[in-house]
Amino acid sequence: MRALPSRIFLPFGLVMASMLTFGCGAGSNGGASQSSQNGNNPVSNVQTITVNAGPASVYVDGAFTSVTVCVPGSTANCQTIGGILIDTGSSGLRILSSALTISLPQQTNPSGSPIAECAAFADGITWGPVQTADVKMAGEQASSLPIQVIGSANFSNIPGNCTAQGVPMDDLANLGANGLLGVGQAIQDCGSACTTSGQGVYFACPSSGCTDTPESLVLQVQNPVASFATDNNGVIIELPAVSGGEASVSGSLIFGIGTQSNNGLGGATVFGTDPFGDFSTTYKSTAYLSFLDSGSNGIFFLDSTTTGMPVCASLNFLYCPASAQTISVVNNAQAGTNGASAPASFPVGNGLTLVSTNNTAINGLAGPFPGLIDFGLPFFFGRNVFTAFDGKSTPGGTGPYLAY
Amino acid sequence: MKIRMALAMTIAVTALAPCFPAGASLGGDMTSVRDDQVKMQGTLRTTSIDSYNVHEIQTPGGVVVREYVSLSGSVFGVAWQGRSHPDLHQVLGAYYDQYVQAVQAQRAQRHGRGPVLIEQPGLVVQMGGHMGSLTGRAFIPQSLPVGMRREEIR
Repeated sequence: MRALPSRIFLPFGLVMASMLTFGCGAGSNGGASQSSQNGNNPVSNVQTITVNAGPASVYVDGAFTSVTVCVPGSTANCQTIGGILIDTGSSGLRILSSALTISLPQQTNPSGSPIAECAAFADGITWGPVQTADVKMAGEQASSLPIQVIGSANFSNIPGNCTAQGVPMDDLANLGANGLLGVGQAIQDCGSACTTSGQGVYFACPSSGCTDTPESLVLQVQNPVASFATDNNGVIIELPAVSGGEASVSGSLIFGIGTQSNNGLGGATVFGTDPFGDFSTTYKSTAYLSFLDSGSNGIFFLDSTTTGMPVCASLNFLYCPASAQTISVVNNAQAGTNGASAPASFPVGNGLTLVSTNNTAINGLAGPFPGLIDFGLPFFFGRNVFTAFDGKSTPGGTGPYLAY
Repeated sequence: MKIRMALAMTIAVTALAPCFPAGASLGGDMTSVRDDQVKMQGTLRTTSIDSYNVHEIQTPGGVVVREYVSLSGSVFGVAWQGRSHPDLHQVLGAYYDQYVQAVQAQRAQRHGRGPVLIEQPGLVVQMGGHMGSLTGRAFIPQSLPVGMRREEIR
């Protein structure tokens, strides 16, 4: 892919050729530069996403896509599954057992015991076996990727030290999606902590029952995009601006940052984050922990005392200001990173009114969460949001970072 | 090891007390609960405020758990931050089933995923953050010492 344009531009001289190559985003510093392809067409790196009610027909402000999973090495034994929620707040692909019709190989430890996982989220846990799949989106593929299958009948006994971490989200009613596509800054869903036992995340499950086990980094459930052969240094979520509410909107999940002509940073501001995507946001002169999480269906921030907005009478997890508000904040890179700082604003409407329509794409949906700022999907409307993966090189610097 | 200052709500003393037993279950009695510090294999730091004590446990896994205990020895609040949530069976004790029912009720009405915000007359549970960076707190609102604001549990 890189060789052919260079040959074309050779008459203009090597300098011009290298400039043009760089202009195409094919710079050798890109994390995705180790292209395995030899053709002259770049891999298709655009996956359509849709904000709609999702497979449970209940969702508001969730971005869904479809993912194709195959038995590793097979092109016939595959399934394309829709209704997968895109989640920049986590890493790894998780699919409900009830949505999976093909049989994937089970990951086992050297003793032959199957490996299962307890993944902890803010609002609950997902429990189920770690299995292996070739994962395909657009023209990209992650080969032999560990994924989690949630709610498998063969793993119905959830260990006590898993339910200790939250209420299970093991079916469509509780998850609201057929699965989660975790494309956050982290490469693995646990990381180095889980290479020692006692974390309550990975379990070996012989017939006698499941016990906590260490799990090496390569075997952990991990960010599928980071395992792509190309365009693997980050993602962009592009959604149109939404004024008030719309029945549904469509956008794109673009793979890679600065690796092709369609995924350059342009004028986006890069904010360094910690390895899990956390940074800092200032509101009314006070700095709070913050993060961008497309898997949160509103902007959840602070409390009524701090914001001056009451929560809704019957829905204490949403704000219900008497009139629409515009909240102004300053986003700051995580301390010790690139020092970036830039203002941002977002609307907050009456939550009760907003969710009483048939709209599924709603700008202005927000609620409280004391002490932090969770920029959920509404913050993504009208912004192209870049998520650069931990340790991956991009034209905007080495991840982890976010940019918009 | 506890020194009272005349001014309320100011930190009186911070001391390392690695063998001090930490209260655990919400609503429980310090003398009747397990030693969380041993269970979590963490280091303990005790801070005394005028009307309550805070037992802060830092686990090797990078989770900080703060247990708020009244001067009479009753655990009225727990807050945490780190890679995982703490053992909610242990933290919530007798309130665990009430918490599970409240989470399921909230899921049924919330149109998607977001932080847990349970606000009941006898129980507040808030769980937020995201994978790898989780935070939360649980407390019994009517058991807070007179004059203490709920924002102090964090």
